[in-house]
Amino acid sequence: MKLNGKQFPLPEAVTISDFLKSQNYPDDKVAVELNGEIISRTKFKNITLKDSDEVEIVCFVGGG
Amino acid sequence: MNNDTFKLGGKEFNSRFILGSGKFNIDLIKSVANEGGAEIITLALRRANNGGEANILDYIPDNVTLLPNTSGARTAEEAVRIAKLSREIGCGNFVKIEIIPDSKYLMPNNHETVKATEILSKEGFIVLPYVYPDLVIAKQLESAGASAVMPLAAPIGSNKGLVTKEFIKMLVEEIDLPIIVDAGIGKPSQACEAMELGVSAIMANTAIATAGNISQMAKAFKLAIEAGRLAYLSGPGRVLNKGEASSPLTGFLQD
Repeated sequence: MKLNGKQFPLPEAVTISDFLKSQNYPDDKVAVELNGEIISRTKFKNITLKDSDEVEIVCFVGGG
Repeated sequence: MNNDTFKLGGKEFNSRFILGSGKFNIDLIKSVANEGGAEIITLALRRANNGGEANILDYIPDNVTLLPNTSGARTAEEAVRIAKLSREIGCGNFVKIEIIPDSKYLMPNNHETVKATEILSKEGFIVLPYVYPDLVIAKQLESAGASAVMPLAAPIGSNKGLVTKEFIKMLVEEIDLPIIVDAGIGKPSQACEAMELGVSAIMANTAIATAGNISQMAKAFKLAIEAGRLAYLSGPGRVLNKGEASSPLTGFLQD
């Protein structure tokens, strides 16, 4: 799949929730956009990522 | 100062100092926020790295209201996308709209900012638009549902001070929303001067982040902002073109 603009191999379909855990993203501090659509955190466990997906995972950083 | 709270987006704040969290180590945020008494801190949204990187939210004191910005956006559409993603993280509905197509002077696109303000305020955001201080635009922002107007004092990060003073004064006089001076304020004295004009709050980042002692400079800003606010509320004394003795001129030698 395409993750944050780069190719990321996804050998098998996985839920957003499991993907975040496996990659050590803090799931309570990120927002996820899947194929251009913002996914509510409550749906992380129900939605499965596929290799054809484009995913953006964003978080807060310092800024003015 | 307790009865002079700063009301913004349905909340009340004791502090009129909005702190930007860019350009310094996140380890320092707590002490900078405490020394500066900041109750609102701005953040930016960026792509997250995997691997359990330190997250800025873990370093911000609990009592602080977060104000995500839309930095990186060049159009209203991009700003709306960033604002919605930020809200999804779950830290409230405040957003500072920042739409900047120009990478040299970092001037905001005022017209796109009005568009984004209209969209986001309809969607329930507390919208704080960052603009070049233009009275006509500020009135449009007011009609578009903005909760404040954030005029720049000078280009972002320049520390040049209150370059747009005369235009900010127009906003203070004519706009019925909090005016928050954002960008360009480089020294506490400049923050104080802006507060004396009657603006509601000051946002500063680079002035603090590039100071020798970051936490101490935050405290200096806090004191200057409080001093300027008190001076504004007191009503500054009048200005004369000639001298006027402060001591009685009669009653002794030349009586």
